[in-house]
Formats: sequence, structure tokens, C-alpha cells
Amino acid sequence: MKKLFRAHRIAATCAVLALATSVYAQDATPMDTPAKASAAEAANAGATPIAGDGVYKAFHEQAGIQRVMDDFIVRVTTDPRIMARFQGANLPRLKILLVQQVCYLTGGPCVYGGRDMKDAHAGMNLEAKDFNALAEDLQLSMDKEKVSFAAQNRLVAKLAPMQHVIVTH
Amino acid sequence: MRVFKSACIAAISVLSFAATGGAHAQGMLLDSGKLLLTQGISTIEGSSGGGLASWATISGYETGDGVGANAHETYVDVNNYSLQDFGASVGLFNRVELSYTRQEFDTGATGAKLGLGRNFTFDQDVYGAKVRLVGDLVYDQDTLLPQIAAGVQYKVNDKDAIIHAVGGKSAQGTDYYVSATKLFLAQSLVVDATLRLTKANQTGLLGFGGDKNNSYSPEFEGSLGYLLTKHLVVGGEYRTKPDNLGFAKENDWWDLFAAYAIDKHLSVTAAYTNLGDIATFKNQNGFLVSLQAGF
Repeated sequence: MKKLFRAHRIAATCAVLALATSVYAQDATPMDTPAKASAAEAANAGATPIAGDGVYKAFHEQAGIQRVMDDFIVRVTTDPRIMARFQGANLPRLKILLVQQVCYLTGGPCVYGGRDMKDAHAGMNLEAKDFNALAEDLQLSMDKEKVSFAAQNRLVAKLAPMQHVIVTH
Repeated sequence: MRVFKSACIAAISVLSFAATGGAHAQGMLLDSGKLLLTQGISTIEGSSGGGLASWATISGYETGDGVGANAHETYVDVNNYSLQDFGASVGLFNRVELSYTRQEFDTGATGAKLGLGRNFTFDQDVYGAKVRLVGDLVYDQDTLLPQIAAGVQYKVNDKDAIIHAVGGKSAQGTDYYVSATKLFLAQSLVVDATLRLTKANQTGLLGFGGDKNNSYSPEFEGSLGYLLTKHLVVGGEYRTKPDNLGFAKENDWWDLFAAYAIDKHLSVTAAYTNLGDIATFKNQNGFLVSLQAGF
């Protein structure tokens, strides 16, 4: 049991940026009403979505976000600055949650099923340089998808304040 | 002297590459953690900011866990004068910035017309310190609170006799300033407003205080930049100045700039600058180029 818990903890280590993770399926519990769902979801996703669908379209919608995250997961798990943070992580699960979170934050029609940013990163002792290294990798993945710099900044502006709860070291 | 400057920039470059290599080891002091262009560039007075205006930024790419540093060389060429400027700064834990800059204000052929002699040069040393008080330029995207810093610049000009001859009261002076810098990331905009208390004539290149006025005056510096790409920011700056000397009117300064960060270790800035009238010579406009190396 202890070992299982530890495995979960290591898995949680995978989400360095705002883009967080949960290995607990029950986190995606359906909400009672749409209004309540929306408020709780914004709380878990770490920010309210960007208004309109312009940024979502600039990311080339769900398929584009999927490509960004396919590339991103490869980058962060091979980036010598932060790759150790992802050892033992449930990467397929992480990728699903990242796609959900970015889709939701960019104004797309998605539901984020993960835990909130504070819980998802608790106990990881993340440093500012981890957060920034991950943000740089995300920029490279967005560049590769040819997301305009202005649209990238709209998303990064949503993610940046999450540093305050994610970085604890 | 020129050899020393190049050597200085080269040494910092080598250091910075060493630092990147080392940054991969966890817990390194030189961590290069900030995002590109979020440290500003070196101003002509050595503090980080725009080219002419000081900002609330802390020099170097370190985060709260590390130390960063920069060396810069800047050249300003306007109709009748030129300014060569080189120096270095260190940022400590994204909290404190210490800087030193040497300015060489060359009057060139104009020196003879002013009766000073051809290529008469005013040299000034600027020692700066700045403390970040509140706010974080990058992370605070969910609040309107800017990054705010307070700074001081102690300036020593070596041409005491000439400064007194033209009506200046001192060859040394201290500027005090408060800067508020805000990155509006969703709009890709960076905005700065700085309030400076100063007695400096032409930022101290013509001394401090004068026959017309010898008290501190509050002056304003404003900058607006647009981030075109991760590597490129374009914008403009405006800086008001005192008018202390009776013999020559002093005007506000402004510029239009483009700063390009090749990577975290090297950036180049080019600007069109308009420095108004300087020592009776009208409408001094021209260009500024600055090379900065650091980590």
C-alpha cells in the first residue's frame, strides 16, 4: 500500500508547470449543475478560460493541442534540466490531462478532469527554474505547431500566475 | 582600454556558457532560470531597463535562487557628440542589482568650437544599486500590480573645473529613482514608468546642479515595448530632464528601439535617439547600439 502510494506520488511529479495531473479517476466526478461545474473546473484548471475561440483556433483546435502536447511530453522528458522530475510518471495520463487543460483554458469545448494545481504539485519541491524550463519547452512545442506568438502569450499569461502555488522551493 | 572592454565582454560570455552547462546540475547558484528578455537590457547608466530609462527589472537571468550578471558596451552617436559606455552588473536572487558603468562623452570636433579642444572628453563613473520591492514581472499576470523597485545611482564626473566654468555646482551627484514595470503578457506589452529625483545635467555628463537651479527635480522616464517574438521587442522611450544650466538649454530625450536576444547570453539593441540640444548645439539625434553579454 505504501509502495502504491509512493508510485502515485512519483506519478504526480510529472506535472511541473501549471499543466497538472491526477492519477485519481474520481477527480473527474461529474458536477451537479453546469454553473457549479464551471466554477469548480476553473478552480482546478488554475484559471478561467480565455474569452472567445480565437486563441483555441490559433492552436488549431483539439488536434493542434494534441500535437503540441505530443511534442511537449517528449521535450520535457528528454530535457536534462527537468527530465528527472518525470521519472516514473504516468505519461499517457499526463498528456490527456494537459490536452484537456489547455483546450479548456484556450476557450475550447473541453472539460478538465484533473486535480487543482496546488494539490497536483504538493510535496514536489519545485523550483522557479523548473517552472521556467518547462515554460520554455512549451514555447518550443507551440512554435513547432506554428501557434502565433501573440496567441502563445495569451495562454502563458494564464499559466504564469500558477507559479505562485506550484513553486514551493 | 578598448582591449580591456572586449576582454571583459569575452570573459562574461565564457562565464555564461560555463554557467549554462552547469545549470543542468540541480541546485546550481548560476541557474539561468528567467525567460528570454525578462531582464531588460543595460541602460546607458548601467542599470537594467530600456536603453535610456531605468526599469524595475533585476539584471541577469537568475531566479530567486541564484546570481546573474551582464557586461555591456554601448555606443551613442549624434550630430555633434558621441558617448561610449561600458560596464557590468550583477543580479542577486532576483532581488538586488549592483552595477558599475564608465561613460566617455566625446565632444569630437565640437570640442574645439566650445573652446575645450578637439576630442575633449568628459568621463563619468556611475555606481548603481537597485532593490526589487514588490511584484514579479513575469508571474503576476493575474493582477495589475507591477514589479516595483527603488534604486540609487552615484555618479562621479572627472571634469570638475569645466563643469564649474559652465555654471555647474558639482562634479558628483546622486540620483534616486522608483520604477514600476509591468509585463502585460496577454497583450505582449511591457510598460515602465520611473520617477527620478536628480540634479544631473545631461545625466551628469555636464555635472550636477547649476546657476539656474541647484535643487533636486522630479523627472519622469517612460517606456513602452511590444514583444514581436520571443527574441525581439520593439518600442520607444521618453525621459524628461532638469534644465539647470544658464548657458545652454537642456531638452527631454526619446528613442525608438529594437532589442534582439540571440539567446540568454547575448543581446543586441539598436535605437534611433533624439537627445535635443546639448551644450548649445541643437537637435542632437542619431543612433544607439548596444551589445550585452551575460547569464
